[in-house]
Amino acid sequence: MAKIKPRVKVPKKAEAGEIVTIKTLLAHPMESGQRKDKKTGEVIPQDIVNYFSASFNGETLFEVDVDPAVSTNPYIEFTLKVPESGTVSFLWKTDNDGDFEIEKKIKVG
Amino acid sequence: MTIEITRRNALMFGAAGVASVSFGLSAFAKEMTTEEAVASFVGGIEPSEMRIEIDAPEIAENGNSVPIEVSVESAMEGDDMVEEILVLASGNPNPGVATFRFSALSGEARASTRIRLAKTQDVVALARMKDGSIHRATRAIKVTIGGCGG
Repeated sequence: MAKIKPRVKVPKKAEAGEIVTIKTLLAHPMESGQRKDKKTGEVIPQDIVNYFSASFNGETLFEVDVDPAVSTNPYIEFTLKVPESGTVSFLWKTDNDGDFEIEKKIKVG
Repeated sequence: MTIEITRRNALMFGAAGVASVSFGLSAFAKEMTTEEAVASFVGGIEPSEMRIEIDAPEIAENGNSVPIEVSVESAMEGDDMVEEILVLASGNPNPGVATFRFSALSGEARASTRIRLAKTQDVVALARMKDGSIHRATRAIKVTIGGCGG
């Protein structure tokens, strides 16, 4: 399996109260559980990212329950109304590959 | 933590695998239809068709990755707050796509992702507001090449 790696894009600076867009991507195959192995005819078991969340300074900002219909390398984009300088923490949970976390700082002023 | 799934393992634990997969589904039982998923979300409330929008291409050449954005007009303050948006793909083997949950920190109720569509179909978005009201949008997307393998 290719290496699973989170990537996020958060602006480094913002004005207080500004709404910024945050883009995230986890490199992951998102095996849907619908595909069949062409040689054996066996269904390839589901192996997906099933949950994503982002929090700001420890407070939950945005959550997603992810189903197999989300594409390979799940891309999720959302917004944050920046109240103050702080840290955005990202978390992905997968069926079989454990959790992935990353943090980004955002500065007001 | 990493668990490698080899084909041998997959075959050996085939039955167990199927059982754990059905428990692993986040929002839906495997057999739930779009109508059942909608009914369970709205809980008897008549959805309004206002304020909610699905932004997606009219024609998707590749059903493996169709960009969609769901949004609801909302101040995201006080009672005028979107709690969650459920996205369903009515023509997929399982209709569930994703549930987005927002907070006051969101600033606006808008989220984008890329989804798989097995064939030409209607995508449905349902939003639940803090005051309990439900908003519904439907968008037809034509798919040239289906995105659910086979």
